[in-house]
Amino acid sequence: MFEIKDLHVNISEVEKKIISGINLKINPGEVHAIMGPNGSGKSTLSYTLSGKEGYEIEKGDIELDGESILDDEPDERAAKGIFLAFQYPIEIPGVGNLSFIRTALNSQRKFNGKDELNPAEFLKILREKADFLNVDMEMLKRPLNVGFSGGEKKRNEILQMALLEPRFCILDETDSGLDVDAMKQVSKGVNFLRSENRSFLIITHYQRLLNYIKPDFVHIMAKGKIIKTGGPELALEVENQGYTHLLN
Amino acid sequence: MSELKLEAKQGIDQQTINSVKSLGESYKYGFTTDIDMEYAPKGLSEEIVKLISKKNDEPDWMLNWRLEAYKRWVKMDEPNWPMLNYKGIDYNDQYYYAKPKSLEKKPKSLDEVEPALLETYAKLGIPLKEQEFLAGVIGAENNMDTKPKKVAVDAVFDSVSVGTTFKDELEKLGIIFCSISEAIKLYPDLVKKYIGTVVPRTDNYFATLNSAVFSDGSFVYIPEGVKCPMELSTYFRINAENTGQFERTLIIADKKSYVSYLEGCTAPMRDTHQLHAAVVELVVLDEASIKYSTVQNWYPGDENGKGGIYNFVTKRADCRGVNSKVMWTQIETGSAVTWKYPSCILRGDNSQGEFYSVAIANNYQQADTGTKMIHLGKGTRSRIVSKGISAGKAQNTYRGLVNIHPKAANSRNFTQCDSLLIGNKCGAHTVPYIENKNNSSRTEHEATTSKIDDDQLFYCLQRGINEEDAVALIINGFCKEVLQALPMEFALEAQKLVAISLEGSVG
Repeated sequence: MFEIKDLHVNISEVEKKIISGINLKINPGEVHAIMGPNGSGKSTLSYTLSGKEGYEIEKGDIELDGESILDDEPDERAAKGIFLAFQYPIEIPGVGNLSFIRTALNSQRKFNGKDELNPAEFLKILREKADFLNVDMEMLKRPLNVGFSGGEKKRNEILQMALLEPRFCILDETDSGLDVDAMKQVSKGVNFLRSENRSFLIITHYQRLLNYIKPDFVHIMAKGKIIKTGGPELALEVENQGYTHLLN
Repeated sequence: MSELKLEAKQGIDQQTINSVKSLGESYKYGFTTDIDMEYAPKGLSEEIVKLISKKNDEPDWMLNWRLEAYKRWVKMDEPNWPMLNYKGIDYNDQYYYAKPKSLEKKPKSLDEVEPALLETYAKLGIPLKEQEFLAGVIGAENNMDTKPKKVAVDAVFDSVSVGTTFKDELEKLGIIFCSISEAIKLYPDLVKKYIGTVVPRTDNYFATLNSAVFSDGSFVYIPEGVKCPMELSTYFRINAENTGQFERTLIIADKKSYVSYLEGCTAPMRDTHQLHAAVVELVVLDEASIKYSTVQNWYPGDENGKGGIYNFVTKRADCRGVNSKVMWTQIETGSAVTWKYPSCILRGDNSQGEFYSVAIANNYQQADTGTKMIHLGKGTRSRIVSKGISAGKAQNTYRGLVNIHPKAANSRNFTQCDSLLIGNKCGAHTVPYIENKNNSSRTEHEATTSKIDDDQLFYCLQRGINEEDAVALIINGFCKEVLQALPMEFALEAQKLVAISLEGSVG
């Protein structure tokens, strides 16, 4: 279970308070969506949960199975099963995609006391998942995200998610920059990864992604707080009427 | 099949990371060896030059050659144009000749060499005793070649060559690989014909100094049509205190021959600066090619800039023949000060020069390095790929010249200079000179400067890769093009070095 308790976050650089008191409980298997207008603190929330530097937690706690992860470095959080699908996946020239994913997987396995996979074992697992997500080998040989199209980048994020098998997945505006077909493919991947042990936090501006990935809960976030919680129908309400009526 | 192949090659990244972890300290070659040394008196004079020549039992023509260089040198001034800031060198406070006493008489075989010397080289991981290398590193690439890889080594300890391996096997092919002092005695005609023809005695301050006082170095001759079956390698080690090392390397690749040559260097950690001024001359005849790789890891000084080697090196290749080719690859991680521009004179028509460089400067290191590509022949091509990495308070300068002569029709150059900055107290500078005097020839220059990006680091961390591994991954990615140009035996070593040199520079 993943739990956010009365979380208050400042961005150190500008000394600005971005999140002011969020409470959220996510049980295994649940899919939660967070929607909200620009500047409501959605991306800050995803970075804070994954431990990025520069986000100062003024108050509150983040717990995984009842244990605080605030003191864990981002790589430790990742190895414990927290995965962030980036809104803008980062390019790293000269580092092969395949080699990067294997390094990541083996780092996590090592952290968790498991044997590292040899290249043949890794390749076998990779092939299976890549096929399903329509990622071809050519894309795996290229340097990480370099020259990838928007759709390729997002598919590559989901591929990493499928291989790293996290318990808690954060999708930060994964739908941004995707056409309908690409969005369908990405959603197919996410739906395939849904399981009773894995939970999701999906951050999005628009309701359309939620047509493909059905959430159990929808939260509306504004000015650093969750102002309303409901089911999938809340997303439709936002789609039809915008955020303004909720903000007042 | 092809994918599996790729995987094995990619796997090196993880291997690197593991190896880096297993290496505890930042400069692991800093030990000294306790050996009885014989020194010439400190300082430089005509007498010292004569003494060095005498110690090497040289013929008169060699002595006169040295003396003329010396006479010239005393009238020259140290260059002040590089972007380097170091305390002036007191040339009279150096030893110009140091030799392990046990080598008073040249050993006839390695069995006669003092064990302490051999131990030193063993510590450095050099296969001085004849031993075969397992081609482990990027082995998958060479699946076809199942024979174990051999590397022939010439080791130079302070000023003197200690021993050369695999001599017999090379002799059968007519290949000469020996110390230059030996070559002067045994092959005077070859030496006389070529020495100083690529880097003239009057070339520059440091090369002229070297011409006067060089004590040893390596000599290679590859006869016509011979492809050297193994990597030739020289390992340079400065051990004695306050001693300059002045080695001279001369490689001649006769028509249609090929050789790949590696050079490695280390020195003990000492508080004082030590001078190293080497000269390397490559002569490449018709359709021959030479691949010359350097992993330079002289002691860089401590994190406060105390000690370290002053490295002033002149390296030049003369592509005299048609279709001849030279490829310089260098990984420069050591030295307090580096001044080095391995160059190519593309004289023969359709000759080619390539320069691949990674220069890393950390703490207070300063590097002013690059290349010169002089296009004289028609249809000559050159390619420059330079990767400069600066961290700490280091300054890193790429200085390069591409000169296309009026007669060098249809010539091409491509230059790519990338600089990576780590932290905000270091500097990267790019000083390219491009002179194209032929309308049918083209030059291209691309340059980028970037910082190690927090977002790249965070992305790696978020996938579970720890910070140290992430930095190694990103840096090795940045240098990949150059690392791939190294011979396999060196590639892994170089990747480790790259990571170690930058240890602790992030975060």
